[in-house]
Amino acid sequence: MLKVEKLKVGGLPPLSFEVARGECLAVEGPSGSGKTRLLRAIADLDEAPGYVSLDGAERRELPGPAWRKLVRYLSAEPGWWAAMAGDHFARGNEEANARLLRLMTSLGLEPALLDRPVSELSTGQRTRLALIRGLMDEPRVILLDEPTGALDREAAALVAELIRFQLLAERIVVLVSHNPAEIERLAHQRLLLGATGARDAMEAAGRELQR
Amino acid sequence: MTEQPLNFVDLAAAASLLVINGVLSWAFRLGLERSIAIAAVRMVAQLGAVGFVLKIAFEQGSPALTTLLAAVMILMAGLEVATRQEGGAPYWATYGIGTATLFFVGIIATLYTLRAIIRAEPWFSARYVLPILGMILGNALTAVALVLNTLVQTVSRERTAIEARIALGATRFDAMSTALSGAVRTGLIPVLNSMAATGVVSLPGMMTGQILAGAEPTEAAKYQIIIMFVLSGASALAATLSAIFGVYLLTDTRHRLRLDRLRHS
Repeated sequence: MLKVEKLKVGGLPPLSFEVARGECLAVEGPSGSGKTRLLRAIADLDEAPGYVSLDGAERRELPGPAWRKLVRYLSAEPGWWAAMAGDHFARGNEEANARLLRLMTSLGLEPALLDRPVSELSTGQRTRLALIRGLMDEPRVILLDEPTGALDREAAALVAELIRFQLLAERIVVLVSHNPAEIERLAHQRLLLGATGARDAMEAAGRELQR
Repeated sequence: MTEQPLNFVDLAAAASLLVINGVLSWAFRLGLERSIAIAAVRMVAQLGAVGFVLKIAFEQGSPALTTLLAAVMILMAGLEVATRQEGGAPYWATYGIGTATLFFVGIIATLYTLRAIIRAEPWFSARYVLPILGMILGNALTAVALVLNTLVQTVSRERTAIEARIALGATRFDAMSTALSGAVRTGLIPVLNSMAATGVVSLPGMMTGQILAGAEPTEAAKYQIIIMFVLSGASALAATLSAIFGVYLLTDTRHRLRLDRLRHS
């Protein structure tokens, strides 16, 4: 269970919500309403007063890196620190290799992509590789920032399928998306952020939670 | 062998060379007359004052005065590190990092040189301590200034890549490993270059001074070799130490990237 209590993100009113295992919370709102900042705060990538806990353990009880091993933020604009695509993955042991191949196949990526420079890959290929990179060590919470924004319809469907698979595996997903159909298919609950009326939306979301 | 004492006529003869600068600046309208004059006056006043202060320190032989002068030198070196920053690193933080690094490295390297290598007697004599500390600080401060500058600029530029690693659960040192080693490498380039080129292109200042003062060139060379090793060791230590401090400056205890601590220019 991911529990967020009185989390203050930027200029937003304090946010409180809970997401159970195997559930997906969709975060919606116009650009600049703080969706990305909320995800970053949950992953403890930015300072944010308030409480975020996973299965009863508050983020401050764990060292930052240990928390982010469990609670994974996947940026809409993923960064790459090595020249070759394959160097971003811990390969070498059989299990990791098999897992990597399985994930790549499920997202329609050729394994040969790993031997190419990141700069030669398309935006869509990079987006999917970054998603795989973030799932390799099986984090418990997955914070997805527009995972299908840069993808064509076919690839987006594969990503949505992978997210559903993660939910079946009892992972917790927080999804920022501009795609209503995707939200409709995946989300168990919704959180609406907005420059105006954010508090009302929060209360509505809170009531929805209590039901 | 006797050294030739210089009198004021000699100094005046040397100063007349500055007239060349003035004439050139005037002839080509470089507009540098004022800067040349100020720089020359500063140089004369600073070296004159240093000579005077060192004379007192050498004659007195008081450890307290030597310590005071060493402290002033370290503080000035830290100031120099802070003023050489261009990447938006906060002034007081870099001043603190520079001073702390140079304090530690300056003391360790000077003591090691005087006690274990040269075995000066007495080792705390200002005549040995201050010139050696000065040389070490001069070289180490270049390394520290370069390391901090490079680290801050690399991390600002590579922000997305570093944050990607942090988001994947890397510690601050793992996430910044590439930027860290690049900064240390850059910081060590000047001292490595000077080690390779020394004696071929120019004679180092200390060796020149010793030879002019009447020392045997082979003896002067031996001293210079020792000094080069000390300087490279001290620079390497200072570069590594300041890079580690730099990582702490750019991150917090939660291993988050804190570029908000930089001044935005």
